[in-house]
Amino acid sequence: MASICSVLPALLCKFPAIDDGTIRLARKTIDDGFKGFVRSYGDAIDTVVQPLQWFLNYLESLFVGSPWIVILVLMVAVVYLGSRNVNITIGTALSMIAIGLVGLWNDTMITLAMVTVCTLISILIGIPIGILMARSDRVQSIVNPVLDVMQTMPSFVYLIPVVMIFGIGKVPGLIAVVIYAVPPMIRLTNLGIRLVDQEVLEAADAFGSSAWQKLKNVQMPLALPTIMAGINQTIMMSLAMVVVASMIGVGGLGKNVLQAIANQFFTVGFLNGFALVGIAIIFDRTSQAFGRRLQKHSEVIHG
Amino acid sequence: MASHAIEVKNLYKIFGPNGGDYVDAVKRGLGKAELNEKHGHVLGLQDINISMPAGGVMVVMGLSGSGKSTLIRHINRLIDPTAGEVLYDGVDVCKMSDNDLREFRRHKTAMVFQKFALLPHRTVLDNTVYGLEIQGVGKAESEKRARGWIERVGLKGFENHYPNQLSGGMQQRVGLARALTNDADILLMDEAYSALDPLIRVDMQSVLLDLQKELKKTVVFITHDLDEALRLGDKIAILRDGRVVQQGTGQQIVLSPADDYITAFVKEVNRGRVINVETIMRPFSGNPEGLPLTMGTVLESAARAMTGAHVNAAHVVDENGRPIGALDLPTIISAMVTPTSHEDKRAA
Repeated sequence: MASICSVLPALLCKFPAIDDGTIRLARKTIDDGFKGFVRSYGDAIDTVVQPLQWFLNYLESLFVGSPWIVILVLMVAVVYLGSRNVNITIGTALSMIAIGLVGLWNDTMITLAMVTVCTLISILIGIPIGILMARSDRVQSIVNPVLDVMQTMPSFVYLIPVVMIFGIGKVPGLIAVVIYAVPPMIRLTNLGIRLVDQEVLEAADAFGSSAWQKLKNVQMPLALPTIMAGINQTIMMSLAMVVVASMIGVGGLGKNVLQAIANQFFTVGFLNGFALVGIAIIFDRTSQAFGRRLQKHSEVIHG
Repeated sequence: MASHAIEVKNLYKIFGPNGGDYVDAVKRGLGKAELNEKHGHVLGLQDINISMPAGGVMVVMGLSGSGKSTLIRHINRLIDPTAGEVLYDGVDVCKMSDNDLREFRRHKTAMVFQKFALLPHRTVLDNTVYGLEIQGVGKAESEKRARGWIERVGLKGFENHYPNQLSGGMQQRVGLARALTNDADILLMDEAYSALDPLIRVDMQSVLLDLQKELKKTVVFITHDLDEALRLGDKIAILRDGRVVQQGTGQQIVLSPADDYITAFVKEVNRGRVINVETIMRPFSGNPEGLPLTMGTVLESAARAMTGAHVNAAHVVDENGRPIGALDLPTIISAMVTPTSHEDKRAA
């Protein structure tokens, strides 16, 4: 290497980086600016997200506070009504009982509350943005790169500003999880609507549908299988992210995993891991079976 | 319900970002190929002038790429024209505001599509009420009307099936029922029967003809099949490369094709089912002989009746039974036989 550098001009050999002083100055300016922003608007932001805190606390105390048998019966009922599948229902009951037996019931309830809230918020944010994206190529060209960043940026990185703004706790955890879990919801809503058969849309136009009627009667129903896949992905990603979010104060199974990592508790780590896997499979199978049930009309194909 | 005629006047459609810039050039004679090569625009329609009869079936015929589907989409403005007018009841559809256009589509037009375009997640009944639902008609009322039409098109008992559970022919019956339930004056049928098996297609043509006898809607029917055009059309326009090459009744087109292109089309037609007896009758001389045939009888039926009755001569009578002309079997047969070519016919 050195021999090549002896014949090349210095500029081409060593990358001409901006000098350290300038970078340090830029870093300091940006950091200070951001800190200043947090100082002046932190309270306002906290007030805005306060309802989230209430909702999360309410759901958590509801899940944790209710007798386990009530929750179990409710879960089994919801899973059965959603999937209409006995195997999935029995599997749900068995895994929940196993989780309870190894003493992880309360932690699982906390995680369940967290994932439920995260999924609901992701759907509430994701579907409207997805619809907007599907309606306009310009919006799509702006939102897509943002989603790319959200999905590829290591989650630890955006924990930094989240913690700076919101501090440690459930709400920052929730926001971190939503940032991570909302992109598939947005992408698949957009994709689902864009894939709707042009002929059917033309028919809707020909009968004089307004934009809203078209969305309600044609686009959303026909995009539903894809949107359901988006919801499924969002749930899976929320479950994966609650472990990372435990680093900034989210309780539940994730916190146990984090402690197990720190202390090399092999058994505890895997028990909590498997509990997460159990919930993930319950959510996944139920939502997929529900999605298939919604698509019943397309099953019987006439020859 | 009084239907109105549709007047298409000087209609041009040039596809591409700056279509409007080339209308004048096309009017001065810029061709389709040249427009595409030099300017990257596609000439869809040029100088279309068609008067579509009120309460009649107007068939627009042409091969793929002739612009017929583009033309029908101008009538409810699913496609905006580059220049020209589409007049219905004196109003130019092309100048309507978005709101007026939506109302026009809701109340005045209904459309049937080649690939049916049904909503797969809705049952036959829910598909059929679609137009009324969009109009805001109450559920009970619209379902009552929809059930009536479902029965008329022969789908009684299938109300709660999904489109995927039906065959192509049945799906198109749903498409037809959906359009008819709208109770609109204009029925637009875009190659509605092209995707169907030949037997089912003839069957559906009969359904349409039967319904049309009583409904008297202004029907615009697109097809690439001349037999279908001749069977359904009160008036036929033939399109080629976005231009009307000939328009007139089926008989006019079969008997005097405007150019070689149409001659080639017409060659394969069963003339016995198109030409009427009064077209080939000779002036009346003396007493009415043989079998009386009503005006409008096609040659095939006339020949069948005459051979059945073992007579060689017949006379044509008008609606009141008054004799207006005479003809014999050899005349009928020679008129039914396709001339070997257009040239031969001109030479003869």
